[in-house]
Amino acid sequence: MKIHEYQAKQILSQHGVAIPRGEVAETPDKVREIAAKIGPPVILKAQIHAGGRGKGGGIKVAQSVEEAKALAGKMIGMTLITHQTGPQGKAVKQLLVEEALGVAKELYLGIVIDRARECPVIMASTEGGVEIEKVAAEHPELIFKEWINPASGFAGFQARNLAFKLGLAGETFKQATKFLASLYRAFQATDASLAEINPLVVTSQGNVLALDAKMNFDDNAVPRHPDIQALRDLDEEEPLEVEASKYNLNYIKLDGNVGCMVNGAGLAMATMDIIKYSGGLPANFLDVGGGVTEEAVQNAFKILVSDKSVKAALINIFGGIVRCDMIASGIVKAAKELGTKIPIVVRLEGTNVELGKQILKESGLAFTPAASMKDAAKKVVGLAK
Amino acid sequence: MSILIDKKTRVVVQGITGGEGTFHTQRMIEYGTNVVAGMTPGKGGTTHLGVPVFNTVADAVDQAGANAAAIFVPPFAAADAIMEAAAAGIPVVVCITEGIPTFDMIKAKAYLQTRPVSLIGPNTPGIISPGKCKIGIMPGHIHTQGSIGIISRSGTLTYEAVQQVSKVGFGQSTAVGIGGDPIVGMKYIDLLKLFKKDRDTEAVILIGEIGGTAEEEAAVYIKKEFNKPVVSFIAGQTAPPGRRMGHAGAIIAGGKGTAKEKMQALEEAGVFVAKSPADIGRKVKEALQKR
Repeated sequence: MKIHEYQAKQILSQHGVAIPRGEVAETPDKVREIAAKIGPPVILKAQIHAGGRGKGGGIKVAQSVEEAKALAGKMIGMTLITHQTGPQGKAVKQLLVEEALGVAKELYLGIVIDRARECPVIMASTEGGVEIEKVAAEHPELIFKEWINPASGFAGFQARNLAFKLGLAGETFKQATKFLASLYRAFQATDASLAEINPLVVTSQGNVLALDAKMNFDDNAVPRHPDIQALRDLDEEEPLEVEASKYNLNYIKLDGNVGCMVNGAGLAMATMDIIKYSGGLPANFLDVGGGVTEEAVQNAFKILVSDKSVKAALINIFGGIVRCDMIASGIVKAAKELGTKIPIVVRLEGTNVELGKQILKESGLAFTPAASMKDAAKKVVGLAK
Repeated sequence: MSILIDKKTRVVVQGITGGEGTFHTQRMIEYGTNVVAGMTPGKGGTTHLGVPVFNTVADAVDQAGANAAAIFVPPFAAADAIMEAAAAGIPVVVCITEGIPTFDMIKAKAYLQTRPVSLIGPNTPGIISPGKCKIGIMPGHIHTQGSIGIISRSGTLTYEAVQQVSKVGFGQSTAVGIGGDPIVGMKYIDLLKLFKKDRDTEAVILIGEIGGTAEEEAAVYIKKEFNKPVVSFIAGQTAPPGRRMGHAGAIIAGGKGTAKEKMQALEEAGVFVAKSPADIGRKVKEALQKR
């Protein structure tokens, strides 16, 4: 799960991470009020769940409170397009108004889970303010790492190692080690999957602060953090994906025109792949769960056909112990209820497969049966053209 | 032969009295799995599905001689269940549960490090040695006894592969789902080592997917040390970056973990890589003919 920058900063601050003074606002008047409180110059930062905001015009400096209000008038409601938003962009609803800092150095800090080593890893780099993937590709020697033992936690010497490698000294060094320890505490306490401070700045006075902050959370752990769950911003998500999540369905909207509905994530990805292999483009990823139910099939069907770009759809269910007659009646019910005109190819496997096929045949609806995945993909791609 | 489980396997089901536990324990018993005990805290002394239920895994080991565990407990209790099984000295632990927080698994795996236990999963359909033993939720009837080993991060996609293999005339020695989570117990290499020693396994199918580097690590091992043909399919060739594709572990993060990288690494290691999921069975035939 993703959250906004201002929300990440609030969480980090609660765990002792130093952040710039600032507040979030939804109206130009409120922006003016905050700017007056902080004292200009101030920075206005559009709050959307995507990076690259600066280049897209989502981050501005205001020299006076009146300029802050005027800029806010233009920024709130604008559609911000960055390399991460896609061409449709994202609507800006909120601005974070922050004090402008005199920046001496821009550094990088990030914490993720290292899957190969099975523990969190803290990464630090002297190359702040640019994408870490770019640094990793061009100057891997400038990224310093410390892996965290899950039993002993993030040790003091590890924080010192990183702060020394960042070339820090004196009071700045002390602040940096405290910053690192606080950042890890926040990461662990919230079951985060990513905590990234880019840039971490050293101010001209030698203070260490999080100029930007990004946090993502482990979706499996979010239910045990109601405070974090409450930060989910549905406006930042694809409407069909929000609808699907209500039914506990895994749905991801894609660019093609061949819809698909599959049970099991691996088979769902493989179905997308075989659609492409057969010359089509998948319109979505949709996993109804390995042990699919009739209800899940009906809900999934609604989501699938409400995507207007879908020209034909493939239902691929490998049930195993799930009964195919139950799946078939779910499909028939949903299709009748929605009166869809989209051609649908159905491939069923599992217990009672013959009975399932019979139900589809006798429904009076024009389903195209398929004998295998290959056959199904070929047929659906043909129908979508 | 087979790996990890066979006719001698004696299973304790943790969470046997729950809905999933009940449903799948019945299916396992029908398949012929020797389920000797159930475990639900507070229900010790009762019987469920004709199986004695114990309060702790240690009791199930002492009193029923359990030597494998199947875990069907809710996500927030599952890492604890894994540790309990390991502490009781169970050598093979299969965790079916999906949705365990990553930090819980990191701690559980650290706990397992000093203990001689093979953990399968979590978020797995389980493990089956056809005709001998099934610990998991996969449909037993699609499997046939034979010479192909299967290792997969997926569930239904594995069933698809099993069916294709059966159609071209081969059965399976053992089929293992290693799980779709970012942190899992046994990885490809751990199982490849067992399949290498298993006289009845002639070839292995490795089904991977986007996310992480487990397939690349397996490729390095295969190139250096594995002496049997390997066929592979990697799911998610069309998956967009930065999105979690159903499985918690199936995500291309920071441009890493793409299907392309994995397929390339495996091809370079001499693996027969199927580009289409419909070609897995055909590739197995091809691999065995070329041997």
